Amino acid sequence: MSDTRIHAEAAEERGLVRLGRFLRDNPVIPLIFFLILLIFAHFYIVMPVRTGRTGALSAFWVNNLIKFAIPLAMLAACQVLTMLTAGIDLSAGIVATIAAFVCATLSPLIGVPGAVAIAMACGVVVGLVNGFGVGVVRVHPLIMTLGTGLIATGCLQVYQRFVISTGTLVPEFLVWLGTGRTAGLPNGLFLFLPFAAFILWLMRFTGFGRLLFALGSNENAAKLSGVKSWQVFLALYALSGVIAALAGLLYLGMIRTPSLQLANPLLLPSVAAAVIGGTSIFGGRGSFAGAIVGALILRVIDTMLTLLQMPEGARIALFGLIILLVTALYVRITGSR
Amino acid sequence: MSMVRKNAWVLGLLALLAVLLIVTKLIQPSFGATGLESLARAALPFAFATAGMAIVVIVGGIDLSIASIMAVCGVTAAVLMQSMGAVPAVAITLALGGLMGAINGGLIVVTKVPDIVVTLAMLFVWEGVALLILETPGGTVAPGLRALINGSLIPFLPNALLVIVIAVALVWVPVRRSKLGLSIYAVGSDELAAFRSGVSVGWTKVAAYALAGVLAAMGGLSLIMLTGIGEPVPGPYLLASVAAVVLGGVMLGGGRGGLLGPIIAVFILRIIRTILTLANVDPNVTTIVEGVVMVAVVMLGAVLTYRGRRT
Amino acid sequence: MSRTEPQALLDATGVAKSFGAVRALTDASLHVSPGEVVALMGANGAGKSTFVKIITGALRPDAGTVLIRGKPAQVGSPAQARRSGLVPVYQEPSLIPDLDVADNLRLGDTPVEPFRHWVSELGIEGLRLDHMIADLPLATLRILDLARAIAAEPDVLMLDEMTAALPTDLVEKVLKTVRGQADEGRGVIYISHRFTEIQELCDSATVLRDGRTVGDLKIEAGAEEQVVELMLGAKIDLGKAAARARHVNEGAPRLSARGLAVAPKVTDVSFDLYPGEVLGVVALEGQGQDEVFEVLSGFRKATGGTLEVDGDAVSFNHPSQAIAKGLTFVPGDRAEALMRERSVRENIALPFSARLRDWGPLKGRQERARVAHAIEKLQIDTRAQGEVQRLSGGNQQKVTIGRWLAHGVETLLLFDPTRGIDVRTKRQIYPLVRELAEQGAAVLYYTSELEEVPLACDRAVVIFNGRVVDVVDAADADEQTLMRAAYGLTEAKAAS
Repeated sequence: MSDTRIHAEAAEERGLVRLGRFLRDNPVIPLIFFLILLIFAHFYIVMPVRTGRTGALSAFWVNNLIKFAIPLAMLAACQVLTMLTAGIDLSAGIVATIAAFVCATLSPLIGVPGAVAIAMACGVVVGLVNGFGVGVVRVHPLIMTLGTGLIATGCLQVYQRFVISTGTLVPEFLVWLGTGRTAGLPNGLFLFLPFAAFILWLMRFTGFGRLLFALGSNENAAKLSGVKSWQVFLALYALSGVIAALAGLLYLGMIRTPSLQLANPLLLPSVAAAVIGGTSIFGGRGSFAGAIVGALILRVIDTMLTLLQMPEGARIALFGLIILLVTALYVRITGSR
Repeated sequence: MSMVRKNAWVLGLLALLAVLLIVTKLIQPSFGATGLESLARAALPFAFATAGMAIVVIVGGIDLSIASIMAVCGVTAAVLMQSMGAVPAVAITLALGGLMGAINGGLIVVTKVPDIVVTLAMLFVWEGVALLILETPGGTVAPGLRALINGSLIPFLPNALLVIVIAVALVWVPVRRSKLGLSIYAVGSDELAAFRSGVSVGWTKVAAYALAGVLAAMGGLSLIMLTGIGEPVPGPYLLASVAAVVLGGVMLGGGRGGLLGPIIAVFILRIIRTILTLANVDPNVTTIVEGVVMVAVVMLGAVLTYRGRRT
Repeated sequence: MSRTEPQALLDATGVAKSFGAVRALTDASLHVSPGEVVALMGANGAGKSTFVKIITGALRPDAGTVLIRGKPAQVGSPAQARRSGLVPVYQEPSLIPDLDVADNLRLGDTPVEPFRHWVSELGIEGLRLDHMIADLPLATLRILDLARAIAAEPDVLMLDEMTAALPTDLVEKVLKTVRGQADEGRGVIYISHRFTEIQELCDSATVLRDGRTVGDLKIEAGAEEQVVELMLGAKIDLGKAAARARHVNEGAPRLSARGLAVAPKVTDVSFDLYPGEVLGVVALEGQGQDEVFEVLSGFRKATGGTLEVDGDAVSFNHPSQAIAKGLTFVPGDRAEALMRERSVRENIALPFSARLRDWGPLKGRQERARVAHAIEKLQIDTRAQGEVQRLSGGNQQKVTIGRWLAHGVETLLLFDPTRGIDVRTKRQIYPLVRELAEQGAAVLYYTSELEEVPLACDRAVVIFNGRVVDVVDAADADEQTLMRAAYGLTEAKAAS
């Protein structure tokens, strides 16, 4: 009697473990399921409660959802890539802001191509400093990227004083990318689809991608195999800076008014999107596809919260709780960090 | 001999601080009692944040949410003081800070998620809570409380400095002398050896985070004492406190250092700002220089920790 | 409780413990009477450390009982074990490095005066209570740890390799003091590798083998031989050494170490490793072999001596430099070498991407072929290849070796490759190692299981206390000889 119960329990546990494993290996499937569920909830529960009528899924709504998810997903790529090595890039938000601001203010002065090039170079520089601190000096990535973010903010403020009178110009093609539509879908996809393909390829089919997983999974094993980790960290954080700058340029085209805070509020959601998407903050496991769905999920939650007139504070606290909850669940399921 | 060696770092910091004060005086001959007062006042929130951070670093952790806890406590006190006296409001705020810290520590112990990740998430949670309590800057501060940190009762000894010393000593000295203080150092120094010596590792961590929370609450209170209103957005205290802790001789990784060093380090970092301002440097450039100094200090700390671990 | 027939102080019977599928202990028992010093002995992997953890409350047993003074021991934490009367002294001192002596005493509620008394009794003069633990030498710390344990007046004292790292004069004092404790009616469990001390100090010995207690015997003249026999037991047949032509070293050595030193543990290690040869390393735990392998693989710098690869003097700062010279390393702890949550293929292919120039697109076909070759060669069970952590220990170990097989082997440094893996896998590993050597590879092979030496090696160097003390011909070395050599007994005899 009690024997069978024990067996049943064991079987159940095995089932649970297996489920956990499945979800870990294929985070995208349940995530898409969850996304659809959320969209339904949005139209059939939240909308009726707030407005008294059910909403309808319109092309416009979908377009908007995707449009605003794109820069978020790009910044989430910074987090996914760095988290693979058990790092994080908290300077991504400010780098995006700097790139946008520099581009908008330099365009009238030196022309669009030069402005874009300098904007991207800013991303590389911040990234290299991060990579140096993390890979060579071995400061914790969180502290390091926080510090460079702070310094970069100061630099931006100084820079702003020099260009305060020059006026701003948002390059035409960025506006086209940011706000235009083709066949009902946002033009941003013209940038994002190749970008996503590149990241997915980088993670799965290149030696560099392998090393990112290796460093996060077991840095000692990588060292044993002859990997010089500082090289990888330097390249990784530089890449993350470039991606953040790119995301900032796209966001500039979307918002069309540069400011000193432009992309900063995207930072926390980008971390949350990566974590929801099944990327482990402890390294060694991650999926950019999951992060993309994670970004979409966050956008839906965001529209729901806006509709519910949820205050800003609740939104921030909720995102923080999501990060904690998903991470704690991960530790629970795998029994390891 | 051991006394001098034990405190060599702190003495060195004191000497550095003295040199910097002299430099200040040379740049600005009129720098005197008022200058000291404003320096001490500006250092107030930094000093409390640093003291709290130092305790969690000593226990072997880190609290990234310290600035957010300060924000929550600041707005709570500012709101409470609209309807009640200063004393109960302060008491409630301190208790709230302790509770938030204990929640941080409890989550770390229970979920087994590393300190840095838990407190990163809690950074946002507490920031959100602060915004929920007060969406825009507001509330009020009892005038008596604000007067507390103005002027100097004793010449050349600003009241703000006295507040820091007395408040931190009230929290830390009894703890340091009790077994809890020993346990905090023991857990940070060698968790396994502490466990084998019979220390309750989990409770010690929770207690350390709770103490940090109380100190952060004092930091929040000092913030509203300075500005007169509650501000829900967390200030730049995280990196500053980590840098001051490292500069103050507390090893990241735990077990070593005290609270005196980090607090002196706060004044050193603050006075650098004063000097740059007096030298007519653009305040934004000052921010950059400050940031670079802090990052450099943290890097130095990382190098030292790394070396220490290897030998 | 009768006065004339004292009850056992510690009585552990039928203790069993499994970790997943691995049975670390099946039936271990230990009895300690008042006034008795019992040596707890067992070869590596016999389950000694698990047994110690259970007795001290760091682990819970699956079955069996641990009674202290006839009462069930409150196991759960070391603090509870202490309260019930058992105080352990671990090999690594459990003193807090960043606190001074007085604070450490306060932390464990140790009375200061008895502590001072025992410290000076044990031969440490001029100890000040305000000394920081981190500033004290290891030998002193071990003495302080012991004094602290004695000052707590325990019923049973457990000493784990108490005399390791102690100078001879202190060893004598320790032995005398421990004996004195027993004479006062306490029980002592004494874990040690050193026969001479056991002979001097202990009343009886309890021998563990393969997770069970296989013998309790009185220590008297000649007990040493008996203990060695018990520790070895009738071994599972690991297969016969394949009849092979005796390998003759010719030409220049691939790897040549002269007077290698790594402070403080390794003082003088010299050997030559030739292509086509498997050179065994025989050593007890902690004789410096770990450090030697770390130096050879580029994880650590030597503090003295020279190292030559193919006649060129080398000194490695990073494993990548060792790999560039053809020195590839399989560490003893698989967890160090494997990416647990990554696939078999990724684990084996890891070195392919290590260099900057290999960061580009993966060479899929070539990689697949080389990985498949390694998997086939090692017969790795690939049913669970999606995640290495789901493989059995034996298969995990094969993956760590397969990595270098796929990469190409010139000089293979194997550190205890068969630790904790099943017999079948072991039997596959020896011929593989032989085959690699026959194809021209040079293999350095440390093993904690002596019976492997004749199966896998051509020659073996014996390291004791940081020095190479002997070089033996492995093919005709029997286990007894090897064990005596490993325990430094041959050396002692040669000296006397």
